[in-house]
Amino acid sequence: MKNDLVLRVVGKLLIPFILLFALYVQFHGDFGPGGGFQAGVILAAAMVFYALIFGVDTARRVMPDWLVETMLAAGVLIYAGVGLAGLLLGGNYLDYFVLDADPVHGQHRGIFWVEVGVATTVSGVMLKIFYLFASRGDADAGDGDGRRED
Amino acid sequence: MSLVLHLPALQVVLPLISAPLAVLLRHGGVAFAVVTAAAWAAFACAIGLWLQVGQAEGGVISYHIGSWPPPWGIEYRVDRLASFVLLLVSGMAALVLPYSRASIEREIPRELHYLYYAMFGLCLTGLLGITITGDAFNIFVFLEISSLSTYVLIALGRDRRALAAAYRYLIMGSIGATFIVIGIGFLYLMTGTLNLVDMAERLRTIESSRPVLAALAFITVGVSLKLALFPLHQWLPNAYTYAPSAATAFLAATATKVSVYVLIRFWFSVFGESLVFHKLPLPQILLLLSLAAMFAASFTAIFQDNLKRLFAYSSVGQMGYITLGMSFDSVNGLDAAILHLFNHGITKAAIFLLIGGLVLGLAKPGAVLPTPTFDRLAGLAKRMPFTCFGIVLAGLSLIGVPGTAGFISKWYLILAAMEAGKFWIVGAILLSSLLAVVYVWRFVEVAYFKPAPEGSVRQEAPLSMLIPAWLLVIGTIWFGLDTSFTVGTATEAALQLVRVGK
Repeated sequence: MKNDLVLRVVGKLLIPFILLFALYVQFHGDFGPGGGFQAGVILAAAMVFYALIFGVDTARRVMPDWLVETMLAAGVLIYAGVGLAGLLLGGNYLDYFVLDADPVHGQHRGIFWVEVGVATTVSGVMLKIFYLFASRGDADAGDGDGRRED
Repeated sequence: MSLVLHLPALQVVLPLISAPLAVLLRHGGVAFAVVTAAAWAAFACAIGLWLQVGQAEGGVISYHIGSWPPPWGIEYRVDRLASFVLLLVSGMAALVLPYSRASIEREIPRELHYLYYAMFGLCLTGLLGITITGDAFNIFVFLEISSLSTYVLIALGRDRRALAAAYRYLIMGSIGATFIVIGIGFLYLMTGTLNLVDMAERLRTIESSRPVLAALAFITVGVSLKLALFPLHQWLPNAYTYAPSAATAFLAATATKVSVYVLIRFWFSVFGESLVFHKLPLPQILLLLSLAAMFAASFTAIFQDNLKRLFAYSSVGQMGYITLGMSFDSVNGLDAAILHLFNHGITKAAIFLLIGGLVLGLAKPGAVLPTPTFDRLAGLAKRMPFTCFGIVLAGLSLIGVPGTAGFISKWYLILAAMEAGKFWIVGAILLSSLLAVVYVWRFVEVAYFKPAPEGSVRQEAPLSMLIPAWLLVIGTIWFGLDTSFTVGTATEAALQLVRVGK
C-alpha cells in the first residue's frame, strides 16, 4: 500500500501522535485510565499500522526480530527486577515502600518501573504475534516455523 | 537482610527470572546453564522451606508479597503439604534439566533449544507458584503460566502429531482453567476476598448457599480436567506420547500432581471437609471415578502398542489411586493420596526418562527417531541392560511390589479402605495391581525373552541421561525401604489439613 499517497501521508502524520498518545497513557496511568498494558498495545498498534502501509519488511528493518524478542524478555526482567530491588533494600519481594526514603514516593517509583516492564513486554509480544502471522507462508521466514518435517 | 526469610519469594522468582534470561541470551547451551542453575536453586529453596516449616509457629510460613498484609495483599503460604509438593516439583526439574541436554539434541531443532529451556523455566515457575500461593486468583494466574508453557513444550515434540496433541490439550486445558476462574469468581462474589484462609473463614457461615455450591462444582470439574481424572483424561495419552521425552517425564511427575494439590487445597482448606464430604455425594462420585480410572485406564494400557502411550494410560490409572485415597475422607486416606502423589511422581518420571534413552538407543545414527513400539523392542535388554532393568524396577513400583515406593502408598491405601470398612475396595486395589503386572510384563517379555534382531550392538543411552533416570529408580527403591521422610511428611501434612478443615 506504500504507493497510495493518502495512506502514506496520513500514516506519517498519525504515527508520531499515536506514539505520543502511548507515552501519555503509559505515564498518566497512575492518575487516569491506562497503564503499561494499554500503552504497550498502542505502541505495537503504531508499528502494525506502519507495517500495513510500508510493508512488513520495512517494519522489520525498523523493529528487527531480535529487538522484539529482546523486548518481550526484558520487560519481564524489569518487572521481576523491581521486585528483587525491594528485596535487596530490606523489604519483601515487590516491596515498593523501601524504594525511596519517602514510602509514598517509593510506591510511585515502584509502579513506574513495573509499568515500564509491562509496556515493554506487551508491545514486544504484540509485535511478535503480528510478525509471526504476517510472515506465514514465507518459506524462508525461518523464525516462525522451525519445525522439522518428517 | 536475611535471604532465608525470603525463601518463599525466591522459590518462584528464581525460575521466573531464568526464563526471560534464556530468551534474551538466545543460545541453547547458555540457556541450559541458566535454567538448570535456577532449578537447582529452586530445589535448594524447597529444601530450606521444608526445614523451616518444621520449626515455624503453627507449622505454616506466611510471606507477604510487597509487604501488604493479607487478606489485602497476596500471601505466599507454605505448610507441610505445600513444602512436600515444592520438593517434588523442584527436585524433578533439577533432575530432568541435566537430562534434557542430550535428550533434546535429536528431538528438537537446535535453533529452538533456548525456547525449550525458557518454556521449561516458565512451567516450573507456574507449578511452584500454584503450590506456594495462598491467593485464589494467584493460583489461576500461575495455572495459566504453567499450562501455556506446557502446551508449547508438548508442541515442540518431534512428531507432527505433537501439534495436534498440544492443541487438544490447549482446548481441554482452557476449558478447565475457565471453569476454575468462574469458580473463583463465585467465591469472590460471595466472600469478597481472594485470600484462601480468609475465604475459608467467611465461607463457614454461608457454605451451603447456591453460588458456593456452584463454585465448588466449577472448581472441582476444572481441576479434575487438569489432573486427568477419568473420564476427563482424554488429552493426556497423546500429550505424553508425542511430547519430547524430557518434557513428558517432567509433566508426568509434576503437572497432574500439582493439580491434585490444588484440589486438596480447595476441598480441605477452603470449602472444608463437612461441606465436601458430608453434605454432598462427592466422595461417592470420586470413589466411582477413581475405580473406573484404575480399571479402564489400566486395561487400555495393556493393549497399547507404543511403550510411551502404554505408560501414559498407566498414569491415568495411577491417578485413580490418588483420588481414591482422597475419597475416603480420613487421615489415612489423605495420607495415601499424598504419598502416592510423591511416589508415583518419581516412579513415572524414572520410566519416561528411561524411555527417552531407549528411543535414542533404537535410533540409527542420523536417522529420524523411531516410535518405541513393541516390535522394535525385541531383545533390547541385551543392548541396553541398564535402561531396561531400570524400567523393570520402576515397573515393579507401579505394580506395588514390596520394597518399592509404590507398595508403601498402596499399603496406606488399603489401610484406609479397611479403616472405612470397605473390604471390597481392597480387592479392587489388588485386582487393578494385577493389570499393572500385565502391562509391565509385556515389556519384560519383549525386552528380555524375545531374540534380538541380527547384528545389533550394545548401545546404552548417554550417561547424562542414564544418571538422572537411575537416581530416580534408586529413589523408588529407597522410598520403599526407608519411609521416614515420605510417610512422616505425608502424615504430618494430612493431619494439618484435616485439623484445619474441621
